[in-house]
Amino acid sequence: MDDLIVRNISRMIIPFIQLYGIFVVFHGHLSPGGGFPGGAILGASIILYTLAFGSEKGHLKLPHSIAKWLESGAVIWYIILGLFGIFAGHVFLTNKPAGFYMGQAGDIISGGFIPMVTLAIGIKVASTMITLFHTMIEEEEH
Amino acid sequence: MKKLIMFTALGGLLFIMISSYMQMPPMGNVDNPSYNEVAEYYLEEALEDTHSPNAVAVIIMDYRALDTLGEATVLFTSIAAVLTVLVGKDPKPGEEESHHG
Repeated sequence: MDDLIVRNISRMIIPFIQLYGIFVVFHGHLSPGGGFPGGAILGASIILYTLAFGSEKGHLKLPHSIAKWLESGAVIWYIILGLFGIFAGHVFLTNKPAGFYMGQAGDIISGGFIPMVTLAIGIKVASTMITLFHTMIEEEEH
Repeated sequence: MKKLIMFTALGGLLFIMISSYMQMPPMGNVDNPSYNEVAEYYLEEALEDTHSPNAVAVIIMDYRALDTLGEATVLFTSIAAVLTVLVGKDPKPGEEESHHG
């Protein structure tokens, strides 16, 4: 879609969408939201960029070579966080007894591994949405 | 004869389903089996256990973290399957013409 109005409005609105997505992901343990909706908002911003600026420029924002590392890395990071519980002498995915930093309730850095898990889920959902969209767009253009 | 068997089987199934539906507790009742001590424990102890005020996030990321790991695995498997079907193996630049033809 090569339209001046769409391109300029997208350029203005995409930073705010991404800021909101990052806010939802980082406040996943404090406010409604979390990894899945926050990642969906982040993915939607890049999908809007692809729709406004074309598939080639959109593909440069998240190439498949980076997306595959993000997706595998998020799941592996989740499993490593779970293994900390086993090494601390508890069951898989133990939070407080495993010795994670708990902090003060209500702070951004608190709640043990919940923010880290939320971050991993957010990255994974965003990367999955973007990769799926880019793959289908490229398939149509061939 | 075939139809008779089918109607008997389906009618029996309908009877079983309706009779079990009649045994269900009324919707929204406080004494329902789903409102047991697990929900009370989550609401009362979530802040103490995880220092996080969002009880929903506590349930899905802490008490039910293995379930969320399963959801992440489902996402991973789905994107792997879609990429396998749609992209497949990258053909070499020279061979591309012959494959598409």
